Amino acid sequence: MSNPVNLTIDGKAVQAAPGTLLIDAAKQSGILIPAFCYYEGYSLQAACRMCLVEVEKFPKLQAACTLPVAEGMVVRTEAASAVQARKTTLEFLLTNHPLDCPVCDKGGECELQDMVFRYGAGESRFTEVKHHVDEKQWSPVVYYDAPRCILCYRCVRVCDEGMGVTALGITHRGAYSEITPNKGDHLNCDQCGACIDICPVGALTSGIYRYQTRPWEMEHVGTICTHCSDGCKTTLGVRNNEIVRGNNRDSTGINGEFLCIKGRYAFDFIKHEDRLQSPMVRRNGKLEEVSWAEAVKAVAARFAEIKAAGGAIGVAGSVHSTNEESYFLQKFARQGLGTPHIDHARSGDVPALIHALAGKTDALATADSLYHAKAVLVVDADLSQQHPFLAFQVRANVRHHQAAVYTVTRGPVREEQTAAKAVHTADYLAGVRGLGEDLKKHADLVIVFGDGIKGAAVGELVAFGDSLGIPVRYVCLVDYSNSRGAMDMGLLPELGPGYHPAAVRGMSLPQMAASQDLAALWVVGADPLAGGKRLASGKAFVVVQDLFLTDTAKQADVVLPSASAYEKSGTVTNVTGQIQRLKKGLNIMGAKPDLEIFGLIARAMGVDAGRAQNEAVFEEIRKSVRGYNVPLPVLATGGAAQAQPVNGRVDVLPDPELVRSAGDTLFTSGSLGRYSKILGSVMEAPGALYKG
Amino acid sequence: MTFSPELEARLAKMLESYPKGRERAALIPMLMYTQDEVGHISKELAEEVAKRCGVTTLQVEEVVGFYTMLRTKKMGKTHLQICTNISCLLVGGDELWQHASKKLGIGHNQVTADGSISLEEVECIGACSWAPAIQTNYDFHHYVTLDQLDKLIDDLRRIQ
Ligand code: SF4
Ligand code: SF4
Ligand code: SF4
Ligand code: FES
Ligand code: FES
Repeated sequence: MSNPVNLTIDGKAVQAAPGTLLIDAAKQSGILIPAFCYYEGYSLQAACRMCLVEVEKFPKLQAACTLPVAEGMVVRTEAASAVQARKTTLEFLLTNHPLDCPVCDKGGECELQDMVFRYGAGESRFTEVKHHVDEKQWSPVVYYDAPRCILCYRCVRVCDEGMGVTALGITHRGAYSEITPNKGDHLNCDQCGACIDICPVGALTSGIYRYQTRPWEMEHVGTICTHCSDGCKTTLGVRNNEIVRGNNRDSTGINGEFLCIKGRYAFDFIKHEDRLQSPMVRRNGKLEEVSWAEAVKAVAARFAEIKAAGGAIGVAGSVHSTNEESYFLQKFARQGLGTPHIDHARSGDVPALIHALAGKTDALATADSLYHAKAVLVVDADLSQQHPFLAFQVRANVRHHQAAVYTVTRGPVREEQTAAKAVHTADYLAGVRGLGEDLKKHADLVIVFGDGIKGAAVGELVAFGDSLGIPVRYVCLVDYSNSRGAMDMGLLPELGPGYHPAAVRGMSLPQMAASQDLAALWVVGADPLAGGKRLASGKAFVVVQDLFLTDTAKQADVVLPSASAYEKSGTVTNVTGQIQRLKKGLNIMGAKPDLEIFGLIARAMGVDAGRAQNEAVFEEIRKSVRGYNVPLPVLATGGAAQAQPVNGRVDVLPDPELVRSAGDTLFTSGSLGRYSKILGSVMEAPGALYKG
Repeated sequence: MTFSPELEARLAKMLESYPKGRERAALIPMLMYTQDEVGHISKELAEEVAKRCGVTTLQVEEVVGFYTMLRTKKMGKTHLQICTNISCLLVGGDELWQHASKKLGIGHNQVTADGSISLEEVECIGACSWAPAIQTNYDFHHYVTLDQLDKLIDDLRRIQ
């Protein structure tokens, strides 16, 4: 701290950097000054007067949320005058407030309630009839109850500054002021629910959670969102073994409070009526429900037969399974079943990036780098749609650090609104090279690229980065919650765990599908035959583990119902290589976690693939997968540790042609999204990918 | 949406008077002067001003909803505003209001059938020293008596 300012708050000597706001200085020294409108990270509003404090030599009370600290300042945050002022403010806020706390969603975790409790504005001198406005539904997600609103502008700012959507405003004035949505009577927006969570009172409520429970009746389980690859921590509110909400109000995790609609609300797929409940075996051409024991026996017996006969077994892994599951699956396949044919749906060319970065350290960006880098270059990605959290980080970086953003995309993207330069071209490398002179000016750079840069182009992009003469870090975008982990764990026909070349190069997914000799296909949480595709081999024994009866499962001989990410523990690795822990939120009947299913099959086959148990498998991953030797306490406490698999060439590079992003939008999420009613109900924005 | 050449010139100059990127600073004057020409702030006008100032239509609506001088309803050719706030009230503001209302046959924020005059009861217009005060569009009238108000209304009707 350069020349800190010395001041006294409530008799306590406090030091703070020049320019620090009094409210922040107090917070840093453990003194909480009440505030409704002030919110860290967003612009100052100074609208609520809750933060008034007594400052010596000032004739009047001062708003601590806008007052910078000054040398020698003597502050009393709970002076009688300040307390009286707050009490009056509260009395005023309550004049038109309905006081329907007993039924309000926010009751029990409401900031207004807390403040009234603390300052006791228990009596009102206001005897007029309260101004009432009926509640309004603005979208399947967002509801507004104007009478509860205290006009703190938090929602307006989070939507404008945080989301870059600017869908909310305040119209009219005084007691008649109301939040108004951008379409007059409804919202056309990201439906992220950030406005709802940031609302200090119960004025904004969500269609998912409203009137479902009281806050204290839930258990709160911190886990990782299972949709896109950004790896947001979401805290599930679980009641009676049902998820009733997701949020991240405790700000732990890499995403702070950020969540998009998928992390906050799209957990409903787990209770979709089509969810598989029981294993099924095909008998006389029909899938019939059987017991787990029977189904596992059928799979084990057939696998053993095929193995003994030397038949080709193909294995398709999942982009949602945990690292433990993916690692165990490939080990079981390679060592237990003796097959090299392992693959998954690849959405970004991570191996090529790791190869191109050989010998460099600190060249892989984290989610945090996107917030701190002086410049960010986005290539072939519609970040706000496909990677909402990364886009949020970039926006926050622009807002707080004036970062320079550059985009090279085929069509318009939201990032352009604040971009220093936006280039529209399908020749991404040419577009990038044209920005060389601009990029050189910055102290450091993060390059984020989509599936338009793959194979040799990745090397060229890194060579371009090298030519800039500034530190450059990279993010290779991938689609789903553990797409990155699937690759790191070696669910590839060419590469084993840690990008070591596989002993024998196996078939890729399209090759398996086209092979006449495929004897078995084991599909774990994937849908390679989506759209009614058929295997070339008519005789293949198909086993599918999934939550739903996918197109592939419809053709299967055995279907095993598996657990979703919210129903199991383990670790996942996000798009920036950050490993985080899943925590089981629910107990399930019928379905089982993939790892448990693998273990059952291995045991029935008499194959030793190690213990099918999370801690044991992760220990093995830490020892054998490059970069995964991360500190356990960090994960155990809900933190994220970045895997650093760099520093070596990848000797065999997978075929870039197989890299293709599914192109999900903000409101889709591959097969999971199809079973989320909430995602299906929000239609208007954002529409098609801006990516075009 | 385009305006008269004079207004267009005025708006162009207005936008230039603020630093680049701060076009939104021109929002209120732009709304006022375009309202004068268009008559009221229609949805279309709000969208046009939003575009020119680089803000969302909702942000324009926030401003329009806040300021009473910005109107979303069509008003008369002359908008007659009578102050009934304290200083004016003490010296006959209310009588002026009652008189005008009766004579024109319209109430607060209403327009005469021929569209020539609209009436608004306003709070202090900052002319207390010359109370009672009234305002017709941008013109102030001081120490207004009932007779003067009568004549003013007759004149306004005649101009029509
Ligand atoms: S849901 Fe998200 S995008 Fe929609 S209004 Fe609220 S903050 Fe804005
Ligand atoms: S709706 Fe909530 S967040 Fe928005 S202004 Fe009202 S009280 Fe504040
Ligand atoms: S950004 Fe991705 S990880 Fe975060 S909440 Fe949305 S879908 Fe989930
Ligand atoms: S927190 Fe300071 S005025 Fe609202
Ligand atoms: S009270 Fe009428 S002008 Fe001030």
